Formats: sequence, structure tokens, C-alpha cells
Amino acid sequence: MRERLHPLPLLSALVALTAIALCVALAVGSVPLPPHSVISVLSGNGDPLARTLVLELRLPRAITAFATGGLLALAGALMQVLLRNPLADPYILGVSGGAAVGALLSLLLGVAGFWVSGSAFVGALISMLIVFVLAHGRGGWTPTRLLLTGIVVAFGWGAAISLLLVLSDDASLRSMLFWLMGDLSYRSSGWLPLVVIITGLLICLPFARHLNVLARGETLAEALGVSVRPFTIAIYIAASLFTAVAVTEAGAIGFVGLVVPHMLRLISGSDHRTLLPGAVLLGGSLLMLADTLARSVLAPQQLPVGVVTAAIGVPLFLYLLNRARGPL
Amino acid sequence: MSASPLLETRSLTVSIAGKCVCRNFDLVLDPGSCIGVLGSNGVGKTTLLHSLAGLRPVDTGEIFLGGIVLKELPRRRIAQQLGLLMQQQEDSLPATVLETALIGRHPHIDFWRWESHNDVNLARRALKLVGLDGLEQRAQTQLSGGERRRLAIATILTQDPQVFLLDEPTHQLDPHHQLALLAHFTSLSHSRERAVIMSLHDANLAARFCDQVLMLFGDGELLFGNLEEILTAENLSRLYQTTVIPVDWPGGTAYLPI
Repeated sequence: MRERLHPLPLLSALVALTAIALCVALAVGSVPLPPHSVISVLSGNGDPLARTLVLELRLPRAITAFATGGLLALAGALMQVLLRNPLADPYILGVSGGAAVGALLSLLLGVAGFWVSGSAFVGALISMLIVFVLAHGRGGWTPTRLLLTGIVVAFGWGAAISLLLVLSDDASLRSMLFWLMGDLSYRSSGWLPLVVIITGLLICLPFARHLNVLARGETLAEALGVSVRPFTIAIYIAASLFTAVAVTEAGAIGFVGLVVPHMLRLISGSDHRTLLPGAVLLGGSLLMLADTLARSVLAPQQLPVGVVTAAIGVPLFLYLLNRARGPL
Repeated sequence: MSASPLLETRSLTVSIAGKCVCRNFDLVLDPGSCIGVLGSNGVGKTTLLHSLAGLRPVDTGEIFLGGIVLKELPRRRIAQQLGLLMQQQEDSLPATVLETALIGRHPHIDFWRWESHNDVNLARRALKLVGLDGLEQRAQTQLSGGERRRLAIATILTQDPQVFLLDEPTHQLDPHHQLALLAHFTSLSHSRERAVIMSLHDANLAARFCDQVLMLFGDGELLFGNLEEILTAENLSRLYQTTVIPVDWPGGTAYLPI
């Protein structure tokens, strides 16, 4: 019987993958740079053109992509444990719907840049609050009640999105569609999501063993010494905030949050002490690579990055699933 | 110095959905004892066990764990001393057999630590005891119903509490495993200062493995005492509202519902 991969080699391999994905993201583009000039820019040298390309254009975008992918994968892993449902993803409880309505409203009003992100974030928080309060109801939280509340709220946001799309003029329609499919060209500096993902992971990691226990059911977790109620509320808030930051940064990029945690479960098992950092690294690398493809395949035409994540992720995941003999 | 009992209740009243499970129940659970809880479906055996584990509120009365009021103890402290085998377990997310058994160590491991070799050995020994050795890397979802039940038992054995609350531990087990595992729990309670409270549907298993019996009648009424005085054909007939006759055989008395 196959033993599980030890966490250390797996995480080292994922760190290497992240480094490679970063180099590719920095080297590829309208002006391709050879690897050695990317490395010399990163070490503080290099010619001015390469410095501008790498440090001012490509690095911020690559960092945004990494942080966004990491946040989505982390939020997905948390949501799957919270709802104990393998189909859960970061958007299942309506956070992205609220963000989308906020973003589309501001696009409809013709504002851009910061205001789009700001209203997306506010929309995500409103949605998170609505679901939180309504799911409590009178009988307290159960995964099913939370799931149904979230899905129904998400339906509501979906209808609002359709309405906004119908009401919008042709000029803003295109940017709206790009936002909905996930797009990194509205990126901010990239450092804020990076700070969020690093602190988020550091906060979640000490609780990873609690997640292992909660994954086996709330009553069992309680019987094994986990204070389930405050813990589940904290997971809900953390996962929603991670999702809100990711969606604000890059729109509703699908697929990463659902599939990356499952990929790791197939490769390395379901211990969250490996799964959480692994998901951040794999989700981040996947999105960096996807974004590089999205902006270079049909350059100067840019593709929505969500289309590319699906193009890479769907076959990769189906291959892993088909090959798997272990759990799942 | 007289040590406090492992688990104690004082005039405990528990009810669920407006129905009284037990009224003014006094219990002193000392090391070495094994109590069987009998009653028809839906009288509240599970509710009582969950109340004793501190998982649901009680109406009146107090529960003491190791001499301290249960509801004032942090969950982790409770889980170090008291384990609950539940009737059902969720398994919607994948995990291996060994991973599942190891979560029993959760309350004993400090926040920042990983499972030690000792923890893994405890889990392996428990898996061997329930006959699941060799399936350690198997997915939990690939086990049969009875094997899953034994895995849940291995998890509580890995947890290694002083008080075992077992909700129908024999459910889904074949006769061999029923007898072997109940014998293991009684030998644990006798040799290692543990105590067991378990709900059962087979009065003969209670007769064989328990020294005290608690009968719940579903309206708050209960009978509690030593095996010999409580476990009689007359009481069983009243409990199950079915005629139960005693059948003597060389090993003792068996109870047969007819």
C-alpha cells in the first residue's frame, strides 16, 4: 500500500514550482527577457528597460496573481471543511456575488480603478454579513443551513448581476464581462493581497489540526475537545475575508478555490498542516502561470485569466482524479 | 485521601423535545465499573450520553467530572478525560484509516506540536486491537459498515480517556467482534482504572459485561442498580413491553424476548 508523501519534499517541490512560475511570469511578455536578465534585475542590476518591465509591470502583476490564487485556494480548503462538502468553493456562500454587484454598479456609474475595487470589497462584506446573520436563524448553525442560505443569497446576487448587465451600455459591458470572468488588469500594487495571504496562512496554520478534527464532523470535534462554535465562526469569517480580498483584487476567478485543495488531497492526503501551505503555493503558482498565458498567448489581446485557469486546471484535475486510487 | 469519582451526577434531569429522559438521576461512577444503559428506541439513551459528555445542556442537576463541575471545564480538558463513541460518523471528506484513528490524540497534543511516535504507536495498537491493522493507508470510505464502526472504536481507544461513553458500541459488529471488543472495554476498566457507560440493545451483553444497569422508560422514570437486582425478566418485559423469559443455561441466565 502506497505511503503518503512526506510533507517536506512536497512543500519543497511546491516552493520550487512557485519560483519557476515567478520567473516565467517575469520573463514572458511583449518583450521576452532571457532568464539571466530576469535574475540580474531581481538581484539589483540589469539594464533600465528590463528593470522597468520586470519591477514596475510584471512583478506587481505576478505578485497579485500569486496572492489571489493563494487566497482562493486557502479559502476553498477552509470552506470545504466548514461545510464538510467537497463541492464547496470560496464563492459558494455568495461572497463573490456581492462583490460582483458592487463592482458592476461602480462600472455602470462609469468610475474606475480604486472605486471598482472598493465597492467590490464592500459588496463582499455585505454579502458575508447577510449570510452570517440569516444562517444563524433561531436554531443555530448547521452546515446545511449555512450552505442553503449562502446558495440562495448567491442566487439573489446572480439575478442582480443579470439585471445590471442588461441595463449597462455596450462600452461598460465589456469591462463588466472581463471582471466577471476574473481579470488581473485592474490590479493594485499587489503588496496588500500578499500581506493578507501571508498573515492569513500564519494565522490558520496553528489551527490546521483542529481542521483535521472538524472535517470528521462537528459533534466528534466537540467530543475531542474543539470548541466548535467559535471555531466555525472564525473559519467562516477568515474564508470570507480571504475571498473578498481575492475577488476585489482580480474579479471572480473560478476553479482555483474548488480544485486546488482537491489536487493536494489526491497528491498528499488530507492533513491540513500540509494541505493549507500546499494549497497556497499551488494555487498561487497556477494563477501566476495562467495569468502569464492569458496576457501572452494572443498578445496584444488579453484573455480573461479565469478562462486560462480552467483550461489548465480542468485537464490536470481530471487526470489526477482518474489516476487516484486513494481517498476521494 | 478519598479520590473523587470519575464521573458523578446529582439529581440530574434531562429532557429532549419536551420529553423527559431521566429525572433526579444520581450516579457515582468509580474506576472499574461498567454500566449498561437499556431502553426502547427513542427513550433518550443517546441524549443522556451526550449530556454526560457535556455536549448538550441539562435541565437541572449537576454533572461532575473528576470532582469538577463539567460545564466549567474547557472542552479540551473534558476530552482528555472523557471519550464519546457516537452512533454515526460523518465521512464526506477523505481520510485514511490511520489519520482517522490519530485524531483521537487531538486533546492530548499541545497546540503547536505534531503527533509523536508514541501517539502513532497508540493509534497502531488500537487499530490492531480492532483488527484493522494492514488497512492503515486505506481510505475510510472504502471500509465496510462494520469496519467503520471498529475504526470509530479504535479512535476512542486511541483517545484513551478515563471515562468511556459508548453509544451502541456493538451496532453493526459481528458476534465475534461484539464479544471481543466489549471484553476489551471491561478489562480496560478493571485493570487500568477506567470506567464505561454504554447503551446496548442486547440484555444478554449487559448481563455478561456490565456490573450495573440503568433502565430508561421514556417518561423520566428509571431503574438503576446492581446487575442482579435490576436485570430481571420482569423488568425487561416492562421495559420493552414485550414478554421476556429467562432461560437457564450452564453459563448463567439468558433473556429471550418471545
